[in-house]
Amino acid sequence: MNLFIEYIIAALLLLGAVFTLVGAIGLAVLPDFFTRLHGPTKATTVGVGAMALASMIWFANQPVGTGFVEILIMVFLLLTAPPSANMMAKAAMHMEVPKVGNTRGDPWQQ
Amino acid sequence: MIAIVLKISIALVVIAALLNVYRLIVGPHAPDRVLAIDTLAINAIALIILLGITLNTRMYLEAALLIAVMGFVSTVAMAKYLKRGSVIE
Repeated sequence: MNLFIEYIIAALLLLGAVFTLVGAIGLAVLPDFFTRLHGPTKATTVGVGAMALASMIWFANQPVGTGFVEILIMVFLLLTAPPSANMMAKAAMHMEVPKVGNTRGDPWQQ
Repeated sequence: MIAIVLKISIALVVIAALLNVYRLIVGPHAPDRVLAIDTLAINAIALIILLGITLNTRMYLEAALLIAVMGFVSTVAMAKYLKRGSVIE
């Protein structure tokens, strides 16, 4: 395998792992639900996308050969992360989950 | 070099999964727990992809796709249940 391709795969894997960890840290330490929703739904999707891209490049340079399953995973995650986050935010708004003072927007009081 | 980077990546993703489990246990309200389970499913996909690269096989990627589909459906069903009181009206 070419050394340049190997560097690209390593960089994509590290990028994906770091993005996943940042999303999980955001989920663990942020103060209320609406700020916690930001971390995983954005960072984790990019993280898994980078890892799937690394997997595609890795298997394209192996005798196993590459395929389309990683593209399916990436497209599916990129398509389904915003609707699920939207539905969770609507459920939390309906349940009137308490929020910290800096979280703006109060749609039920309009 | 790929082997070392794979070990580091698996360690980082496992730490992320442990933080998600912390939020799943602590999480003061039900939407926090739904969000933690959704993120755990995405972390499981990342771990399966890393396992596939480690073992040099493409056999587990269909399992990752199935976990993606089931994670989305279960998240939508739980959010719908929390919002409306029933999944299918």
